Amino acid sequence: MNAMTDIPAQGCPSGLAPASQDSQGDVSAFVTTKKGLKALSLSVRGAKCGGCLSKIEGAVKALPGISEARLNLSNGRFDVTWTGSLDANRIAATVSDLGYGVSAFDPDRGEEAAKREERDLLIAMGVAGFAAANIMLLSVSVWAGHGEMGETTRRAMHAISGAIALPAAAFSGRVFFKSAWNVLKRGHANMDVPISLAVLLALGVSVAETIRGGEHAYFDASVMLLFFLLIGRFLDARLRRRAHLAAHDLAALQSRSVTRLEADGTARSAKASEIAAGDMILVAPGERLAVDMDIVEGTGEVDESLVSGEALPRAIAPGSRLFAGTVNLGQSIRGRAISPAADSLLADIAGMLEAGEQRRSSYRRIADKAVSLYVPLVHTTAALTFIGWMLAGIGAREALMIAVSTLIITCPCALALAAPVVQVVTSGRLFRKGVFLKSGDALERLATCDHVVFDKTGTLTLGEAELVPGSAPQDLVLRAARLARASRHPLSRALVKAAGAGQVAAHVTEYPGLGLEAEIDGVRTRLGSAEWAGAGEAAEDGKLHIWYSEAGGPAHRFDFEDALRPGSEQLAEQLKARGLSLEILSGDREPAVADVANRLGVSHWTAGASPAEKAKRLETLRDEGRKVLMVGDGLNDAGSLALAHASLAPGGAMDVSQSASDAVYTGAGLDAILSIVDMARGARLRMLQNFSLAALYNMIAVPVAVAGFATPLVAAIAMSSSSIIVTLNAIRPAVWKRRAS
Amino acid sequence: MSVLIYLIPIALGLGGLGLLAFIWAARSGQFDDPDGAKYRILMDDDEPM
Repeated sequence: MNAMTDIPAQGCPSGLAPASQDSQGDVSAFVTTKKGLKALSLSVRGAKCGGCLSKIEGAVKALPGISEARLNLSNGRFDVTWTGSLDANRIAATVSDLGYGVSAFDPDRGEEAAKREERDLLIAMGVAGFAAANIMLLSVSVWAGHGEMGETTRRAMHAISGAIALPAAAFSGRVFFKSAWNVLKRGHANMDVPISLAVLLALGVSVAETIRGGEHAYFDASVMLLFFLLIGRFLDARLRRRAHLAAHDLAALQSRSVTRLEADGTARSAKASEIAAGDMILVAPGERLAVDMDIVEGTGEVDESLVSGEALPRAIAPGSRLFAGTVNLGQSIRGRAISPAADSLLADIAGMLEAGEQRRSSYRRIADKAVSLYVPLVHTTAALTFIGWMLAGIGAREALMIAVSTLIITCPCALALAAPVVQVVTSGRLFRKGVFLKSGDALERLATCDHVVFDKTGTLTLGEAELVPGSAPQDLVLRAARLARASRHPLSRALVKAAGAGQVAAHVTEYPGLGLEAEIDGVRTRLGSAEWAGAGEAAEDGKLHIWYSEAGGPAHRFDFEDALRPGSEQLAEQLKARGLSLEILSGDREPAVADVANRLGVSHWTAGASPAEKAKRLETLRDEGRKVLMVGDGLNDAGSLALAHASLAPGGAMDVSQSASDAVYTGAGLDAILSIVDMARGARLRMLQNFSLAALYNMIAVPVAVAGFATPLVAAIAMSSSSIIVTLNAIRPAVWKRRAS
Repeated sequence: MSVLIYLIPIALGLGGLGLLAFIWAARSGQFDDPDGAKYRILMDDDEPM
């Protein structure tokens, strides 16, 4: 056997990802020019191994004028710079010809700032780690030499420790000091206040002790405190940036470039964000609109399932208003862009998104609740310790030492690590399942949901029609398909799918809103609406129909339905088994919604709901005290996604809906929803355990410190062990679940 | 114990070198693509594929 034959010619040579060639539109609008050097960022999908790396970089570097081409395998970013007249689309085409999916990547300003923040935290962590390790080395010799070491040597050791600790703390602690100062100015307190206070007091006392030649210095404890806390901060920042990138990448998958007609009649590709109200836009057949517009020229039909939830195409004519997300099914149309604010639907949705955003930001995380308990408790304890020992008459210096050791030992390390580590572990596991989590606190909200509201079209169903098996004889399907192959109408496509490959009738004419007509072997055949094919009006039964007739003879009916996504029934059952109640809230027609609700065994459903009605329903549920998990994909769902307690959107959803939701799941099935709910609940449990462990630790450590037994050695051991226990508990589920599967 | 006068600065100096190398690596983007780096060491730049 020749091993070479096993290597796929297209896509990843290791076979880790299937080959795809989905090149997304015109990328030339995304080229930036700086000092004669052109730069383009592409998002490449399907590159998984070293072979992909050299294949893609090699092929692009071979193009004329390329000065640099570098693919980042971790996030799929491909940065190319070149000089000369090379067309940007040729670069994209080169990559897609190799068998990789490619789309333009538009880096936003927030990303650069987030990247710098993550890098600064990493460096601060490195400095704190270095300082902590070296001071610990010196401290261990002081502790080990207790009673034997001369005072001069000990003082020298403390002086060196201080010389390392003071600059390191000043550098690494900036994050905490700045944040603490900012909230103190506004008269509030957060976690950073006790942290800063503990670090500064410990350093101050230690410096005084060193000068006095005292036995105890807390240089090691204060720097180690910063090191552990920075680990938590770094993980948190990395999680946020990765989630942001993933969401940004998914949005890049959607067409963001628009064909603009200039005043002189030339068509030019432009970014959707660059389009101003009044610009003339050309929409090609099959293209998805990226901006809102009023039609100026052209008739046909459009698929608005992402906008309104309505599965049936709508006939359009000059003067109709189309929204971003609509797919043009007919001939190319021209339109004039309108500003989003001008329209009530979009303005309404923007208002709802804002309201949802405000509600989200007022959500109190478990960690916030823990901190609000922790801060006053710790400060009161430390203050009482100081006062108590003063009254006992041991002197101000001794009393202050004990109070500071109390502040240090109640170290919020465990508290600061408790939530971020769990969130990083869980989001990493979800990431591998194709779920992109937007924020860490989304996990907490997802875990507490008790009611699930689904959108129908595109969420529970595939969003595309399918011929009902056995609704018409196969012979008839084959004959009708000859006409249907000439059309982009979703029902025609479904008919063709059922018929398979075959011939196309010549000279098929399409009449928008009516149907198709052609003469086949001298017989006039028609495919389309009931009146078009000569059939009477049929009863509405929740299915979609088209009729077919030959030579004006009797019309035959084809039934279509929007097929359920694989696994919907099991999902409904499993969610109910987990104690969640279900509801369907759809913009589609009543019989269609009723049919889906029946099949899934969902008793609460609403059909024909407008975006405002959907949002109102969510408000009602909220007033009833329900915590709603909303799952939806369309523009009409965006408002309710933002208002819900937690929300999910599929990868094919509108970018507005994706950014309004807490997590985005990819894949055709719905199993991801179940994994998300299960993992979120697991994560919440793990976080609560961690906070309990942290509380337990403090219950033991605080009395020891208050009693004055907390030497620097005890503080160091207690602090690191509590952090390690919390971290181990957080990574535990990932370990045993991976082994089990 | 007077040897400590030399040993401690030497130890700190070596550790400091490591720290400087780490800061340089983080600043120059060495940690930006951990997945790609492991393959790049095996890539042969002389011979285009």
